[in-house]
This record gives sequence, structure tokens and C-alpha cells, in this order.
Amino acid sequence: MSEKIKNMSFEQALAELETIVAKLESGQAPLQESIEIYERGEALKNHCENLLKIAEIKIEKISLAKNGKAVGTEKLDE
Amino acid sequence: MSENSTNAHEFTVSQISAAVKNLLEEEFAYIRVRGEVGRISRPSSGHIYFDLKDEKAVISAVAWRGVSSRWKFQPEEGLEVIITGRLTTFAGQSKYQIIVDLVEPAGVGALMALLEERRKKLAKEGLFSPEHKKTLPFLPKLIGVITSPTGAVIRDILHRLEDRFPTNVIIWPVRVQGENCAKEVTNAIYGFNSLKSDGKIARPDLIIIARGGGSLEDLWGFNEEEVVRAVFASEIPIISAIGHETDTTLIDYVADKRAPTPTGAAEIAVPVRSELLGLVEDLSARLKGAILRLIMNRGDKLRAISAHLPRKSDLLSFARQKLDLLDEKLSNSLIATKAQKSLMLAKIAPKLSLSAIRQRNKDWAKNIKYLGDRALVSIKRLIVEKKNKLDKYAKLLQSLSYNSILKRGFSLVIDEKGKIIARAANININDNLNIKFYDGNILAIAKTKSAKLAAKAKEKNKKSSKSDNKQTSLF
Repeated sequence: MSEKIKNMSFEQALAELETIVAKLESGQAPLQESIEIYERGEALKNHCENLLKIAEIKIEKISLAKNGKAVGTEKLDE
Repeated sequence: MSENSTNAHEFTVSQISAAVKNLLEEEFAYIRVRGEVGRISRPSSGHIYFDLKDEKAVISAVAWRGVSSRWKFQPEEGLEVIITGRLTTFAGQSKYQIIVDLVEPAGVGALMALLEERRKKLAKEGLFSPEHKKTLPFLPKLIGVITSPTGAVIRDILHRLEDRFPTNVIIWPVRVQGENCAKEVTNAIYGFNSLKSDGKIARPDLIIIARGGGSLEDLWGFNEEEVVRAVFASEIPIISAIGHETDTTLIDYVADKRAPTPTGAAEIAVPVRSELLGLVEDLSARLKGAILRLIMNRGDKLRAISAHLPRKSDLLSFARQKLDLLDEKLSNSLIATKAQKSLMLAKIAPKLSLSAIRQRNKDWAKNIKYLGDRALVSIKRLIVEKKNKLDKYAKLLQSLSYNSILKRGFSLVIDEKGKIIARAANININDNLNIKFYDGNILAIAKTKSAKLAAKAKEKNKKSSKSDNKQTSLF
């Protein structure tokens, strides 16, 4: 629960968000805790959305030295 | 002495050697030979030397540097092959050998047999065991693709990635068939693994090894032991996508996941972004709905409980009324008693002598005092009884008061005049607020004013200010 959200993977964050939603929907949690976990749920949601937002495709090609070692990258010329 | 003198021509060693060379090279300038590959060596010169054998005989074969690069298939020990080439002698030592132009497997059956044998051997070593399979990352940040940088395969992969979840891709270009294929693919696998995640070239967290369909010989590079072992040793999870669904190479057995096609590899590599966005949106809506319902429920409960709370004034006045009633009865009874006694005295007094009167007066006085004392006692008892009753009601009042609600985590906000503030709309910026908790009060100053709520409240107040006031006064 105390794990830093920004270091969480998408699946971890999503799984915890699901747990929080289920707990709130059951209505069992005391008010104080409900508000705390709601705020964490919001933060988890934002984290998930951020992870999904940074979706871009950047394509690079490794350039190789004579000995087969990677020396750098270049754009893929199609 | 000259027993050995015959007509036969006498050759020097060089002459006979040259003659045999001519004969062999003319007679066997273009031959095809079938046999099993025996011992094979590849020195750094680039030439390939190997034995070709059957049950009874062995012949040496050599392929000069550069020739083998044109072959689809590289000879290996134990494989049945057909060699095209010519015979020549190695004149210095009078040995003959085949100069090889082309090596082909002696039919697909021979290759399949070799493949099966190798598969069994590697399986026995545990290279294909499920417990060695690594878990693929759910959302890879950088996908390393080992394939030909040109052609349909890489384009298929990139297009499918774009459709599902655009992700950064780094391509390690390799030849996907021919002599160098296995070496280059092996080098690429180790190469990706040796990259540091914070290095100049970023390290991928998933590798796809891909190639389009082809014949068994075309795909042979992906059956080479060095490639299989490199995939096994890779710390980065690997998806193999070699050929079509029906083509199975050894790399497919050792990879952490096998994709039927290059497009399929992209599908395994990344989830569908729009679906995930939908999932998160859905969860977010449920989160908001749940907390709103929760707060509304608590509010309803609070209102229900406070409605049952009796008025403070009612409780007190009821007790006071009872007290007043009893008080009145008490004084009335005293007055009545006194009047009665006085009457009796008046009746009897004239009949009495002075001394008797005095005596009687004395007696009466005694009597009166006695009665008065008793009255006093009963008054006291009555008062005690009433006080107990009052205490009981006071306790009941205490248990029903809002303090017990505060104990459960609610708090009361009171303004400077001591009035309860039930709505955010009633708070202005810089208002002094007295927040009452179960265990004490704190003073606070409002930093903001709820603009939205204020507007709403204004509108509502216009319509039904009366009912709102009533609600608050319950407290």
C-alpha cells in the first residue's frame, strides 16, 4: 500500500486500483479510510493513464562495427 | 643382373604424379558425389576442409574461401549430402581430393533427421524446459527486433505495433539466411544483452527474432546450436517468429514465446492501448461513483440520527413542569393543614382553662413542630427523587447528543456566533471557523470559498430557505 506509485508498473497500479474500487464499492471501509484510499485510487488512475499516454513509435537501427559490435544507432531507412 | 629390364616406360616421380593429375582432372572435371560428411574443419583462412565417406571409403573435400557463402546450406558432420565439384591431386603428396563447388543436403529427409537428432539432444540438456521460460513484460518500453532491416517482416511488425500500442523499437540488422545467418543472429542476441539500460544505446526489455517463410534450408540458420544456446542464455525475454505457422525451427522451442508469424509477434509483445485506456476509464468512473455513494450514505445516516435527537428545551421543561406541580401541591398541603388546625384550636380554646389552654397550647405547638418536621422530610425526599429523575434524563440526553457522532470521525464546523455551518456555501474566505472534534476544538480560517457550491446554494436558498434553516436547527 505504501509503495511509491510512480515506480509501479502498469499492471501493479491497475491491480491495486481494481482492489480499491472493489473495497469502496462494498461500502465497508470507515469514512476516514475510504477517503484516503479514494485519493490513492485517483493517483493510481493518473499513473496508469500516464503510462498509456506515452505511446510513441520511434524506430532506430543499430549500426555495427566490422567486428559485429554495436557502435551506435541510426534511423531506419526503409 | 638386369632382371628388371623391361620395355615399360620409366617415369620420374614428378612425371607420374603429373600424369595422374592430368588424367584425374580430365576424367573427373565435373562430378556429383553422395556421401556422409565426416570430420570437418574451418580454419581462419576461410577454406572448409571435410571428409566425405560411406561404409567403405573416405575422400577428402575442400571448399575454397568465398565459395561457401553462396550455399543455402552449410555442411555438418553426420549429414548426408550431395557434393558437386571436380577431382584434383595434391601433387606434392600424391593425394587426391574433391574441390567442392556446391553442397546440398541429400533430400529433405536427411535434414529432418539431423534436425530431430539435434532437437532431442538439446531437449535432453533441458534447453526447452518450461521452467526456463521468462515472463514477457506487460508493457515493454523498448523492443529489440533481430531481423533483416529491409523487407516485409519488419514492416509487418512495425505496423502491428503502431495499431496496438506504439512502442519504441530498435532493430539489430542481420542476414536471415545463408552462411552468416546463425553467427549474426547469435551476435545480435548477445549484443542486445550486453547493452546497459543507461548506456548510449538503450537496452531493450523484449527481443523479437523474426523472419519470413522459406524452405527448410532457408531457415536452417535458426536451427543452429549456437543460436539456440544464445536464446537460452539471453536475460532479455525473447519471442521467436520464424517463417509461417507450419515452419518450426529449434529457436521456436527455446524462445520464451513462439509467435506463428512476425505480425503475431507484435501482438504478443504489446497489449491493445485503447482497451487499456477503456479499462482505466471504467475503473475511474466506478471509483468516483463509489466514494460519492459512500459519502451520501453517511450523510443520510447522520440526518436520520439527528432527527431522532429530542430538543434540549423539551427535556428540561418537562422536568421543570413536574417539579413546579409538586412544589405547588406541597405548599397547598401545608396551608391546608395549618388552616385545619387553627379551626380546631378556635373550637376548643374557649372551653379550656388558662392552664389547660396553656398546656394544650404547649401540646399543639409540639404537634405543629412535629408535623412541620415531617413535611420538611417529605419535601426533601421528593426533591431527591426529582433530582434523580433529572439526572437520568440528562444522561440520556448526553448519550443522544452529537458528541457520540463526533466520536465516529465526524466533526462540526461552528461560526463565530456559535452557529453550526452545515454547508460549504455558507463559508466565505477568511471566515473564522471553530471545528469541533470529539476530543476538542480547533480554530481555523477558511482559505477558499466554494464558488460552485456557493452559486448552487444561492439558487437553492431562493427556492427553499425555510426548509434549510429547519434542517440546521435540529442540532
